[in-house]
Amino acid sequence: MTSASAAKPAGFFSFLDRAHTVAEPGFSRWMVPPAALCIHLCIGQAYAFSVFNLPMSKLIGIDHAAPDDWKLTDLGWIFSIAIFFLGASAAVFGRWVEDGGPRRAMFASGLCWAGGFFFGAIGVYLHALWIIYLGYGVLGGVGLGLGYISPVSTLIKWFPDRPGMATGMAIMGFGGGAFIASPLSVWLMQRFSTPTHIGVAETFLVMGAVYLCFMWVGAAIVRVPAADWKPEGYTPPVVAQKLITKNDVYVYDALKTPQFWLIWAVLCLNVTAGIGVLGQASAMSQEMFPGRVTPVAAAGFVGLLSLFNMAGRFFWASISDYIGRKNTYFCFFVLGPVLYALVPSTGSIGSVALFVLCFVVILSMYGGGFATVPAYLRDMFGTRYVGAIHGMLITAWSMAGVFGPVLVNYIRQYQIDNGVPKAQAYNTTMYIMAGLLVVGFFCNLAIKAVHHRFHMHPEHEAEEAQAVVAAAGDPSGA
Amino acid sequence: MANANTSASMKLKVALAWCFVGVPLAWGVLQTIANAMALFR
Repeated sequence: MTSASAAKPAGFFSFLDRAHTVAEPGFSRWMVPPAALCIHLCIGQAYAFSVFNLPMSKLIGIDHAAPDDWKLTDLGWIFSIAIFFLGASAAVFGRWVEDGGPRRAMFASGLCWAGGFFFGAIGVYLHALWIIYLGYGVLGGVGLGLGYISPVSTLIKWFPDRPGMATGMAIMGFGGGAFIASPLSVWLMQRFSTPTHIGVAETFLVMGAVYLCFMWVGAAIVRVPAADWKPEGYTPPVVAQKLITKNDVYVYDALKTPQFWLIWAVLCLNVTAGIGVLGQASAMSQEMFPGRVTPVAAAGFVGLLSLFNMAGRFFWASISDYIGRKNTYFCFFVLGPVLYALVPSTGSIGSVALFVLCFVVILSMYGGGFATVPAYLRDMFGTRYVGAIHGMLITAWSMAGVFGPVLVNYIRQYQIDNGVPKAQAYNTTMYIMAGLLVVGFFCNLAIKAVHHRFHMHPEHEAEEAQAVVAAAGDPSGA
Repeated sequence: MANANTSASMKLKVALAWCFVGVPLAWGVLQTIANAMALFR
């Protein structure tokens, strides 16, 4: 070890650098989607956090909620804080993720995400809710944001021929993470619970450890392609397509383009329409079909929606490679309003099957919106800063995460307070959702190619390269 | 020969990597489908 390396502790972590992540010849690009899935399957647990809410509201009373037990309304904030920090950290650290490469971001994401569970366990053990807010909410939320965007630009670079399919696979994992986490959490809590104790803290510890290992495996196997690499037999199109740029747009210049904000609006409107329904699906199905959809069947309905949410991520993102991103969103914004407008009729004619059919297609498009957007950004702004730009776009999700459920809940309550029967209380909401998607249609319609004045010029790129080298130091770590 | 060995070992790594993520995902999906069947009973 040289004296220089001894004096520079960061050298110990040099294996995390982008320079140490470049694939050797013979590396298969099909190793990268599983690496991305290692991250997204873990952070997708966030969708299943609600399984802890009820047990955490009875930690003292055990079989009933004691006066000192936490209220469900207070526990609901854990998920909200995590989702807020997902958006915030993706926006703030997007550039850091892009510059440092996927391994450093995945490693850090694993630390934050597992750390969130470990702090959560301490919070449960000490019965201090603020520790859980800071642990799972803030630290875990940062892990969510870093993890969500970390593999995106790497996958796009490995699959220039099928960027939609590649990012769709990873983002599908985020939808699928809850399928694993939900039964696993229930099983672990059963194992650790006794007649006088609910095993939430122990479950948090085990899940944190499992997620840390799983995510670090992803960090270990991920690679970035060499600068001159391209898939065998792949020839980049010589003539640039109208809506697929061959140029790059600098990350902060992207914010100055109308295209960024139009795509932001497209994502926000698509997510708002879906997320509100997802949160209320169980109650909605039972209230629209009283006596016909039991609570058990409603739980099955929620599971079915989650499946289609996950499958839609892969399906629609893959389709977008063939029909184009703009046309894919046109499908969402034409089909979506029609289906939303049909939902009240399914209630009035009493057709559960048609009701389920409408919503599984709607939820597939909700997932598809998430999964198609990275490739849409690549088409508009190039591959160079797509990860960082995607990070900033995730704020649309945070906004929709607040707006969507509020819209559904408050309009339903307003309707009921004004004497509308419960079975019809969702009708207005459905028409509003359809209206939101029509607005999305026009936002999508307005998206044109980015003006060439926003494209990076060679001298700009040289300055950027120097800045990255200066920030990273000597890649050897010496 | 060396190239063939590299290719074979890379294929094995790819298969293992997909199993590593695919098995838990398949388990979770099957659990969810089993629960979703309640809707059709």
